[in-house]
Order: sequence, then C-alpha cells, then structure tokens
Amino acid sequence: MSAPSGSSDLLGRFAVSPARRRRDSLARGSILAATLIALVPLVLIIYYLLLKGLGSWSSSFFTTDPTGNTFFKSSSIGGIKSAILGTVEIVALASVIAVPIGIGVAVWLVEYGRDSWFAHTVRFFVDVLTGVPSIVFGLFIYIVLIVGTGSTYAGYKGAFALTLLMLPVVIRSAEVVLLLVPGALRESALALGAPRWRVIFSIVLPTALPGMVTGVLLAIARAAGETAPLLFTAGATLKTSFGLGSFMNSLPVQIYSDVTSPTASVEHRAWGAALTLVVMILILNLIARVVARRSRLA
Amino acid sequence: MTSPRPTTNVADADPEARSELEPSSESTPRLVPPPAPASVPDSERGALESKRGVSVRLEQLRAFYGAAEQVKGLDLEFRPNEVTAIIGPSGCGKSTMVRCINRMHEEIPGARAEGRVMLDDLDVYDSSVDVVAVRRAIGMVFQKPNPFPTMSVFDNVASGLRLTSQRGGDLRGKVEAALRSAGLWGEVSDRLDEPGAGLSGGQQQRLCIARSLAVDPEVILMDEPCSALDPIATLKIEELIAELKRRVTIVIVTHNMQQAARVADRTAFMLDGKLVEVGPTQEIFTNPNDSRTEEYVTGKFG
Repeated sequence: MSAPSGSSDLLGRFAVSPARRRRDSLARGSILAATLIALVPLVLIIYYLLLKGLGSWSSSFFTTDPTGNTFFKSSSIGGIKSAILGTVEIVALASVIAVPIGIGVAVWLVEYGRDSWFAHTVRFFVDVLTGVPSIVFGLFIYIVLIVGTGSTYAGYKGAFALTLLMLPVVIRSAEVVLLLVPGALRESALALGAPRWRVIFSIVLPTALPGMVTGVLLAIARAAGETAPLLFTAGATLKTSFGLGSFMNSLPVQIYSDVTSPTASVEHRAWGAALTLVVMILILNLIARVVARRSRLA
Repeated sequence: MTSPRPTTNVADADPEARSELEPSSESTPRLVPPPAPASVPDSERGALESKRGVSVRLEQLRAFYGAAEQVKGLDLEFRPNEVTAIIGPSGCGKSTMVRCINRMHEEIPGARAEGRVMLDDLDVYDSSVDVVAVRRAIGMVFQKPNPFPTMSVFDNVASGLRLTSQRGGDLRGKVEAALRSAGLWGEVSDRLDEPGAGLSGGQQQRLCIARSLAVDPEVILMDEPCSALDPIATLKIEELIAELKRRVTIVIVTHNMQQAARVADRTAFMLDGKLVEVGPTQEIFTNPNDSRTEEYVTGKFG
C-alpha cells in the first residue's frame, strides 16, 4: 500500500514505538530462552544414554539372563533378557486388564453417566487416582496380595499394580476422545432406528478408535517405565520366567538393582538396560503418533 | 484411484441471508409455484414406487427442557403423501416439535414430551411402543449433512440396514435403490468405496437422505435440510422432496419461506411454542387468516 502524499503525521501515528519494539523482543527472547533451557536436560539424557548405554549393547546382552555374578569381569555378568521379557509380560497382562475396563468406564461416563452425580463421583476419583504416586499402588498390592495372603512376590501381582496405575490414564484419555465424537453422529444413527448399544459399537467406537489407541499406548509406555509398583510386588530375579505366578524380573527393577551395585561393569549394564527401555517406549510413542496422524479426531 | 474430491465449502454460506424476505415487495406475488422436477434424469426414476404414506397427528403435544416448556400444546395433522412445511421465527419450537415426532427429543438429558403423536392409529408415546421401531418408521434428515466419517458411500447407505439388523436380502440392490431414490446414484455409482465424507455438501445431504430411505420409512422429517447448502444443491434437494412424497409423508422445518412456498403442499406457522395457523401453502402466503402470519410471511418480523 502506498502512503498518501503529505502523510508524515499519519506515519508518526501508526509507527511502532521503540519502547514497544523493545518489549516485543524481550518477550520473544525470554520464551525462546525458556524453550532452550527445557531442552538442555532432555538432550543431555539422550546423549548420556547413548554414550554409556550403546557400549554395553551386544547380541548376548539381549539373549542372556543376568548371572548374578557381579564380582568378575563384564563377560560373566550376563545380559538383560529376563528383564525385557518380564517387562513385556507384566505390561501385557496389565494392559489386557486395564484397557477393556478403562474403555468400558469411559463409554459409560460419556454415553450413559453423563451429568449424573455418580458419573461426577467416578470422574473425581479417577482424577484423584491419576495423581496418586505410583509407589502407593505398589504398596496397596503389597498389603493386600502379599502381606494379606501371606504369599510372596509374583509377576501377576506386579501387573495388578500397573493395572491400577494405567486405569485412570486409559479412562481419562478415552473419555476425552469419546467426547470428541460429534453428537450429530449419535443422533443420526439413533434416528435411523439403531439401538443405543449398536450406535456405540458401530459408530462411536470406530470413530474414536485412533484417538483411543494413542491414549492406550501412552498409558502402556508410562506403566512400562515404572519401578516403584514392581519392587515389592513382582520382586527381582535373575532367570527368565514365563509363569506369572512366580518372581519376575523387569527392566526398571533391573536398572535399580544394577545401579546400586559397586561393580563398574554391572553399573554399565544399567545404562544399557535404560537405553533399551527408552527405545521400547520411544517405539510405542512413535506408533501412537502414526496412529494419531491417521485419525480425524485426535 | 482418483484422489478424493475436495468438499465444496458450502457451510460458509450464510443461510440466514437467503431466508430474509424483502418487506418492500408487497405487490409482487410471493408464491412461486413448485417447479416440475425436470432435472432428475430418467435413469434415476422408477426406483420410486408410489405408496400410500401414513398420517401423523399431534394431539396436545407439549415438550419440555427441564422446567422450560418449548412446545405448548400443539394440535396438528400431517397428511399422507403431502409435504408440510413448518415456518416460524428462531426459537419458536419448530425443531423441538419435529424431534418429538420420532421421539428424538427425549434423547436430550432432561427433555421430555407430553401429549400424543398418532402415526395413523398408533400413539408413538404409548408405553408398549418400542422407540427403536418408531425411529425406523420415521426417518430424519438433519440440518448439517452428517455422513458417518469412518464409512464409505456404500457403507453409509447400508448402515441404516446394518444398524437395524436388517441384513438379509439383497444389500447391494437396496443400497442402489436408495441411492437412486435420493437422486445420487449417477454421481456416486463409480465411487461407492470412497469415504462418504469426501462428497460435496449437497451430495452428502442426499447421501443422508439415501441412508434414511434405505430403511424404508413411512415418514421423513427434515430439520432445515438445506440451510448449510448452496442454492444449486438446495434446488436438487427440493426436487427430490417433490419426488419422495409419492411414497412418504414429509415434514420439513425451514427458515426459508420461498423454500416452503416451493416445496410444501401445506404450511404451518408456529410462534412461541404454539400453532398459529395451518393451511394450503398458497393460502398461508397470500391470504392468511391470522394477522401474525401475515406479518411474518411479509417479513415484518422474525
């Protein structure tokens, strides 16, 4: 746009004042600085994980159990096979329990409970559960299933603790996605003469599916990284176990016990295990992102 | 595979702008005779067998949202195989009244209805009546086209049959018949597997009409079916309405008075939850009994 002639006054009125320019660059500069500061620990964590963890990765690292032999040279301490498989088993069992129940609760909240007092109560307790420290879930299972029954640690007890941890995350994320399904879709299906359960199964759930998958994968990723609920529920062990009723090793617990070891090679194994865990969670997150990108709702 | 066609963005068109009437045109005849459905190609016809529709009679219908009464005792009959338009200013209870007919009103939390809605001799509010069966007999088309986003064109039409467990028989044939009846077959027959949401706005609305036709309803309720569509798409829907009344009874809520004049055999004027008057469309627009009707149709308010 060309300024009309003789408009120097006008230009003065519309020009950006130097003070405002300074405030603008100050504000922009500080939020950029905040972003960079937040990035520093993230980058450093990944850097150290790669630096210290990659070195201990080898084929036998993934294919052998820890020997428990911690006072000899690194070749004899063994790998983390039992920890990887234990984590997969425990988290799989926890997911199999938590996901259907969690989605069921979310469907009830959105489709049936709506604004009833009971629905509000459920939402309140789910929110409270989201904020409960993970060690409390472990403690609860310990008291109920181990002290209470006078028995010992077992893989399934660890899985129950993780189930409690996952449930509120699954419920909340599924509820948010279900609420995003347009009411008009439910209405038009109901107006076609479809019973409500059919509307939920054929219209609402398929529409919300990609978003729910994202929430479920994030809940799984969170559970996979937890140490506290497993320490005194699933226990720590060396051997690979496929019986969920016996002691079961897991990556976070393996890392915990390795880090506290005085032997350098064992401490080194903790870095390798930590890197393995982060890579597994990263893969889950990537899957969640790919699924979310294909979604219309998330 | 062809790439999905971009959706024509017709939702941006302001429906209110088109429904305004110029109050100055007092002397010009307002009523436009309904156009002959000329642009429906012959290949699309024939799917529409004539059939006697049913009558719908509202008796002292009252509808509430919580404590607020939105429809305040309405007596009104919709005759078989006729198009009845409901006109009236925003908030007068037109949509609420229509949603009472197929019992969709009660889906809103806190909403309830009183009185009777007679489908021929059957009171749809009778305690022994299955609400699901009522909705199968009374189809509904909404303001915004709302095809199911996870489904193809074919599955959208078939969804009516699948959702209501009427799987048996020739599904493909029924889908084709419904699409032909909705005047959409020629445009989509080669892309039945593409997403329904990829069609243009007007095509989506006809897809929704096909979806409700597939369950073979006796009555179709249309709640401002063209307010999100451009004039050309609107014309197609109006032609379709003229065809469809050969086998169903149609109730159409509209803000657009010219549309009421074009498509409706009879027109009802509502104000503040009550029926002001109902009569042959021509009479309502040219020689209404009630002064409030005259003021509304001549654009003095609303």
